[in-house]
Amino acid sequence: MASSHLKLVGEPPETAQRSPQTLIRVEGVSKTYRTRDGEVPSLQPLTFDIREGEFLVVVGPSGCGKSTLLKMVAGLLPVTTGAIRIEGTEIREPHDDVGIVFQSPVLLAWRSVLRNVMMPVEVRGLPREEYLERAKALLRMTGLEGFANKYPWQLSGGMQQRASLCRALVHDPKILLMDEPFGALDAMTRERMNIELQRIQHETGKTVLLITHSIPEAVFLADRVMVMSERPGTIAATYEVPLPRPRTLDVMGDPVFVKLTQTIRAHFYTQGHLD
Amino acid sequence: MDRRHGAGTLERVLNSSWLRPLIFLVLLTVLWDVTVRVMAIPPYLVPAPKDVALALIDQWDTLLAAAVPTTLATLGGFALSVAFGIPISMLIAGSRTVEAYVYPLLVFSQSIPKVAIAPLFVVWFGFGIVPKVISAFLLGFFPIVVSAVQGFKSVDQEMMDLARSMKASRLQTFRMVSLPHALPAIFAGLKVSITLAVVGAVVGEFVGSNSGIGFVLQRSIGNFELPTMFAALIVLALIGVVLFWIIDVIERLAIPWHASQRHLVVATA
Repeated sequence: MASSHLKLVGEPPETAQRSPQTLIRVEGVSKTYRTRDGEVPSLQPLTFDIREGEFLVVVGPSGCGKSTLLKMVAGLLPVTTGAIRIEGTEIREPHDDVGIVFQSPVLLAWRSVLRNVMMPVEVRGLPREEYLERAKALLRMTGLEGFANKYPWQLSGGMQQRASLCRALVHDPKILLMDEPFGALDAMTRERMNIELQRIQHETGKTVLLITHSIPEAVFLADRVMVMSERPGTIAATYEVPLPRPRTLDVMGDPVFVKLTQTIRAHFYTQGHLD
Repeated sequence: MDRRHGAGTLERVLNSSWLRPLIFLVLLTVLWDVTVRVMAIPPYLVPAPKDVALALIDQWDTLLAAAVPTTLATLGGFALSVAFGIPISMLIAGSRTVEAYVYPLLVFSQSIPKVAIAPLFVVWFGFGIVPKVISAFLLGFFPIVVSAVQGFKSVDQEMMDLARSMKASRLQTFRMVSLPHALPAIFAGLKVSITLAVVGAVVGEFVGSNSGIGFVLQRSIGNFELPTMFAALIVLALIGVVLFWIIDVIERLAIPWHASQRHLVVATA
């Protein structure tokens, strides 16, 4: 079991292609924040599924509650109504089969890159030797091989975020949750990170839920793009992205890509928001 | 051996971090000497540097003997400050209830001048080391609490989310995230605390003691022995500097990753 799970490179799991099963089910989930001024609705009831091995990207304007949604799927925030289930189990606390990449790299400054990547293994009390190899393999895959013993501040922003991706993947979770992971990076680094993430997801067959406010990023990465509208957030539309994988930057010139980004952008224009 | 090598050594010495304050100190001493001479200040008001130096050499043994109880009282008070300050700051940072009840009182207690209540400890504990230690503790305690609370509370929410997402226990979160994160702030507090603890010890010696630098200070000023008093001040300053420096060295060893220490890591990498 564990050894097959540890497989890093190779074909995506067969099941992901043949019988796309529902891995995450979000049912009637809403969120209302209680503040001093009363109750502030953040998310209207949402219902959607994420299939195993699927790359789902949620795109929406700032403040539409998309980060709230991700935190609830992560089990870091309780839902107000409804339920989120991973493989049928309702989420009430962080799930073991989930890795999270936050907006900022959140690397611990007092740990070397390798020890940062190994942190989930340490916390969960997993066998160190076994996962050390995996951590090193992940660093190799993300081009951080020579930086294992450096401190985070000795790395560039893009490298830090790659290290945090390694940390999210080290315990080999089925699900990867990413909250605007490349939002703080410059445009060129961001494009490169998109290509890498696309490749890593393709190679490992992880189920990914990624939040972004960049439409091209969403279309480039996703199997399915979920467009969210202004607060309180709702699902405005969902689009399948029929572009073949692995994708390169050339895809951005593809008529399908261009049409799709235009269609999605139109949602925000009609709402009067460009952001 | 060649001239360029010699010039390099000289340059290194000139650029070393300890030389610049030393040069400044020499300048200040010269200024002091010149001022005393030019303005003809009588030695019973401000002694000349030479007289102070002579007193320092002359009474070195006495001063050193007096430095021992002062240093001990300082270290005792500092140790108590750490032993109480860190756990209390953990409680304050960890619980809103504790913070609401304790923190305002703690701040309020700091507005009481310690010098005013120091005689009380003499009444309670006599002329021994205890009142000095308590006085040093009272001065050294607060800066540790303030900086440690700030250190513990300034952990990013995302970092706490990260720990939670791994299902880290409270202890694990504290050990792996909160404590290392707070260490730089704690060390800043320790440095302020140790210098204040010296002050506290001397205050304790002022109000009731028959040993220590504070005692020497009081006696010499009573006898108008100003060179002795200045010499005692120098010894006192030395105690403070050495203790501060020790904390600084420990800090360097404990948090080599912190921004304030990074030049060292780069140099050794």
